[in-house]
Amino acid sequence: MLTIKNLHASIEGTPILKGINLEIKAGEIHAIMGPNGSGKSTLASVLAGREEYEVTEGEVNFKGKDLLDLAPEDRAREGVFLAFQYPVEIPGVSTTNFLRTAVNQVREYRGQDPLDAVKFLSVMKEKMKLVEIDQKLLSRSLNEGFSGGEKKRNEIFQMAMLEPTLSILDETDSGLDIDALKIVSNGVNKLKTSETATIVVTHYQRLLDYIVPDFVHVLYNGRIVKSGTKDLALELEEKGYDWIKEEADAASV
Amino acid sequence: MATAIITDILETLLKSSNTTSFPAIREKAKTLALEKGLPEIKEEEYKFTAIQRKLEKSITDFSTAKNISLTTAHIQDALPEGYEGDFLVFNNGRVDLELSKLSKQGYEATLLSSSASDLFGTIAKNEKDVFTAINTSGFEDGIHIQVKKNQKVEKPIHLLFFNQTNEGQVIPTRVLIEIEENAEASFLENSISLDETPYFFNQVVEVKAAQNSKSHYAKLQNESRQAVSVSNFETNIYRDAVFSHTVISLNGDMVRNNLSLNLLDSGVEGNMYGLYLLNGKTHVDNHTNVDHTKPNSDSNELYKGILADSSRGVFNGKIFVRQDAQKTNAFQQNNNILLSEDATINTKPQLEIWADDVKCSHGCTTGQLDEEALFYLQARGIAKDQAKGLLLFAFAGEILEHISDEPFKNHITNLVKERLGSNI
Repeated sequence: MLTIKNLHASIEGTPILKGINLEIKAGEIHAIMGPNGSGKSTLASVLAGREEYEVTEGEVNFKGKDLLDLAPEDRAREGVFLAFQYPVEIPGVSTTNFLRTAVNQVREYRGQDPLDAVKFLSVMKEKMKLVEIDQKLLSRSLNEGFSGGEKKRNEIFQMAMLEPTLSILDETDSGLDIDALKIVSNGVNKLKTSETATIVVTHYQRLLDYIVPDFVHVLYNGRIVKSGTKDLALELEEKGYDWIKEEADAASV
Repeated sequence: MATAIITDILETLLKSSNTTSFPAIREKAKTLALEKGLPEIKEEEYKFTAIQRKLEKSITDFSTAKNISLTTAHIQDALPEGYEGDFLVFNNGRVDLELSKLSKQGYEATLLSSSASDLFGTIAKNEKDVFTAINTSGFEDGIHIQVKKNQKVEKPIHLLFFNQTNEGQVIPTRVLIEIEENAEASFLENSISLDETPYFFNQVVEVKAAQNSKSHYAKLQNESRQAVSVSNFETNIYRDAVFSHTVISLNGDMVRNNLSLNLLDSGVEGNMYGLYLLNGKTHVDNHTNVDHTKPNSDSNELYKGILADSSRGVFNGKIFVRQDAQKTNAFQQNNNILLSEDATINTKPQLEIWADDVKCSHGCTTGQLDEEALFYLQARGIAKDQAKGLLLFAFAGEILEHISDEPFKNHITNLVKERLGSNI
């Protein structure tokens, strides 16, 4: 589904990603872990098309298309979804209106008929249950005054509405208490099918107790320095990141 | 130089106008205007708005514009879809009672010449702005609306100004609104240019909001790209009264709005909201003034601007809190988004506070569109242009919320959405 080859990216001239290689197949869950500043969120942002980052080398192929060639909205319409680490508050735009616009633009791109107000509402009600989100919240301005947990639930709710094939969860667990974490993870798991794939970017192993990855990759200094199964995450939890850094630093000398 | 132009204007204006009412007041205003002259760019109040130069260029004939031929079709076109209230038609500034629809339920509407109200000329002071003095000396006839004591006028009264001149003439117009004790009413205003010929619209509106009254005035400025427009809107507000003013400026060549709320007693709430959505070379200058004279009154002010192309916006917000006016709450905010490098905004809050126990705040922001919010919307599949439109409309929408008449609000909302490329 997704093939990343030798991906280099920089921001304002500073290289952050220095040669990422990754292959993700339908049905798989990949966790990207790593110490702060290793480039995890940059990778998520580059895949979603954030303009501040400049891709200097490498390629990304998504379902046979050159992903890097697409505008952010077209990536979303092709089925890439980024759950933001810091969802943006947008006063004056109601979540419901915004989502209806988004869903219908995505549907139009995919050659589907737009959902009318009634149909949209019934789909919304169904998906709301997945993340236990309250309708009152959705009639308010997008994310405005939402708690951290509400914002993250809203991200997963949007994911449910947009039905992506590749979901990238950027530190979705940060700032969540255990209950909220369970709700969010539960939503992600329910949405998972054999046709879709998930990238979970996280600093902590905790989230991976609930969203169990098939593969774990450790990002350090802009490269994937170690890959393994979910056991690698447990090892990191126990031993921290220092041994990975030492190994990687030794190898690069 | 200034004297030459003011003499030209006044002589031509007065020669062409039929100004028999209020002879003494008019004579005084004329003397004052001649003394004062047109504001020059070095004058603080008109520092960013070169109105004299604009008038010299656009207005070739300073005589009063004659009546144009207006029909009910013009009015139907101008009224918002679904509008059910009354309306008052102005033909090049003169009241046309024939074409107006005035139920007069709870209010009276009479020509100023026949009402001869003592209030006339006492609220809008000629010495405050020379364009008020020019208006006072040169307008032909205006309207006096009196909302009767204890009456609630359910539907709004819509003032429709139809403007069209031959070769850039002057359109003076005058309105006096009196909202008596415990009365409630709302007013809408729209100026309609019937063609693209330049003209100089010179408006004075005086409002008295008596004790415990509630009123709202909402105004749309969507004139032609050639229109030069100066409005002096002066309001005296008395004990426990609420008065709100909303102005939406979308089009024109050069527009200057002087808006003053004089809070003359305690328990008053005065609100001012404004939105200017400019493109091309349109220049809109909002000078507002709120004067707290007695304790325990509140004022709120929020003006927002979106400026594209080489448009220019000016915001000047004065707040006076007199020594007597303890426990005043006065808030002022001006936020701007610049969409082009050639667009300009000059914004200046001006607070003068003599009382010591008050809550006053002011702030202004000027920036570009929030890139992070734009990316967020795009990342959900919304096209960039639409995402921009959505964000800009969300920014502007906060002001539109203050217009209570649904048909008028919808009418303006559609114009705003069209301008912002947001059809969501």
